[in-house]
Amino acid sequence: MNSNSSVTDLCSTCNYFATCVYRQEREGPIQFCEMFVEVVEKHKEGYGGLIAILEEIQSKYGYLPQAALRTVAEKTGRSLVDIYGVATFYRLFSLEPRGKHLVSVCKGTACHVRGGPTIAEEFETQLGIGAGQTTSDRKFTLTTVNCLGACALGPVVVVDGHYYSNVKKSEVKGIISRSDVEEERYVIPADEQTFPLEVSCPRCNHSLMDKEHLLDNAPAIRVTISFDGHHGWLRLSSLYGSYNIESEYKLPHDRIVNFFCPHCHAELVGGSKCPECSAAMVPMIVRGGGIIQICSRRGCRGHMLDLNGVNV
Amino acid sequence: MVTLTINGVEVTVEDGTTVLEAARFLGFPIPTLCHMEGLSPYGACRLCVVEIGQEPKSRLVTSCTYRAEEGLIVRTASSQVMKARMMILELLLASCPQSKVIQDLASKFQVRQQRFRQEHEDCILCGLCVRMCEEQMMAKAIGFRGRGEKRSIGTPFDIRSEQCRLCGGCMYVCPACQLRCTYAEPDKAICGGCANIHPPCYIKEQFDDMMCYMDPCVACEIIKK
Repeated sequence: MNSNSSVTDLCSTCNYFATCVYRQEREGPIQFCEMFVEVVEKHKEGYGGLIAILEEIQSKYGYLPQAALRTVAEKTGRSLVDIYGVATFYRLFSLEPRGKHLVSVCKGTACHVRGGPTIAEEFETQLGIGAGQTTSDRKFTLTTVNCLGACALGPVVVVDGHYYSNVKKSEVKGIISRSDVEEERYVIPADEQTFPLEVSCPRCNHSLMDKEHLLDNAPAIRVTISFDGHHGWLRLSSLYGSYNIESEYKLPHDRIVNFFCPHCHAELVGGSKCPECSAAMVPMIVRGGGIIQICSRRGCRGHMLDLNGVNV
Repeated sequence: MVTLTINGVEVTVEDGTTVLEAARFLGFPIPTLCHMEGLSPYGACRLCVVEIGQEPKSRLVTSCTYRAEEGLIVRTASSQVMKARMMILELLLASCPQSKVIQDLASKFQVRQQRFRQEHEDCILCGLCVRMCEEQMMAKAIGFRGRGEKRSIGTPFDIRSEQCRLCGGCMYVCPACQLRCTYAEPDKAICGGCANIHPPCYIKEQFDDMMCYMDPCVACEIIKK
């Protein structure tokens, strides 16, 4: 294990953040973060790798610590000026520590005409901060975004990857308090909450239900998957709480696969990461309003279900 | 070798020569601000615009970045070029009126009015200092940061860069801060120690917005906060 001084500096910073994966595994201050060096090694080649490196660091730490940028410069052999320039250019990157919960209020055209600015103002009043700021207790960071691509659901608010659609001014307080107790949200006893869901593609809105094939005595969800050069179908149980699947190819455990809509062939991919294993989440629209997101890793049970802004 | 026509004069230049170099070889003056021999062309100030092609398909390009092509027809002082150049100078004057370089250029090109909202920017983002630092001084201590209206030049994290050797190259090439550096406007002047001017400045607080990236300053040893 390499004990580089700048890497040690970096890892003491993430000690304050629940987002660091290593924090959950170890006690006390972390001496060295293997993840960090791995990330840099992985994307080292080519100039475009820089953004990928910064993205991964930000997804782990919640922001880009100064020591991290210095280490990236050292490891990739690029100048700090270049890396700092890229990090300040993109709005995605933040050089300031962000709160535990990231609240993004959409101010795009469609959300704007449906009252997006009022919602943003209400969040500002409720949290007592302006857009782009973090509350003093480091719980919430409020940002406004220009479009989330879910214009039909506007005004849209995204809190930690959960979409709240048709948000009303009176609902803002509830969204904040619910996000604050977010941890318990994922713990759903499976036997108590099994109900079938009807889902459709978030791009073409075509139903993904396969009425001809039953899984758990309910129509299965049919999608196309691709991994390791294989392309084939995958049927998922539509029963919420059941993890039964059928697949054309045998899926190796822990493999992350790409999901596609069988109708419009668009990749089913959202911006959010699995709360359990940090793989990309696969979003699907639930009939009746809402979004379900499932983890793209085989064997991982991470999922998020938002029904009309009500978190189950 | 390529042959092109500049203002009706045919000239044969080597491959890879820019239009600016070819025109200057023939002795046609083209004003520049962000161009400097020894630094890579950047095309930021747009002052070196020339008209290429023939009417009605002619267009304006920056001669410092445009490579000479076979049969290219260039006009360096057509009415379209002069109009564009005057407008660019007017805009530069609006953003950075205290620069002597810009004032001189504006006066040379008969710019007699400035119709835009007056600003007093410290920097016109010409990138000369950034290129100087990187290409001639091999330091890469300063660079561009942010984007849009928040774009600025400076060191990463606004703290002293370890790469900076206090050479002063960035101040030497800057077209925007010369006036301040040479005490012509005492309120805004910085020490000017780099130009061996006496007396050295001793009241650091007055110079919060100084564009000196040196920390501490070589001449007066003021430590930037």
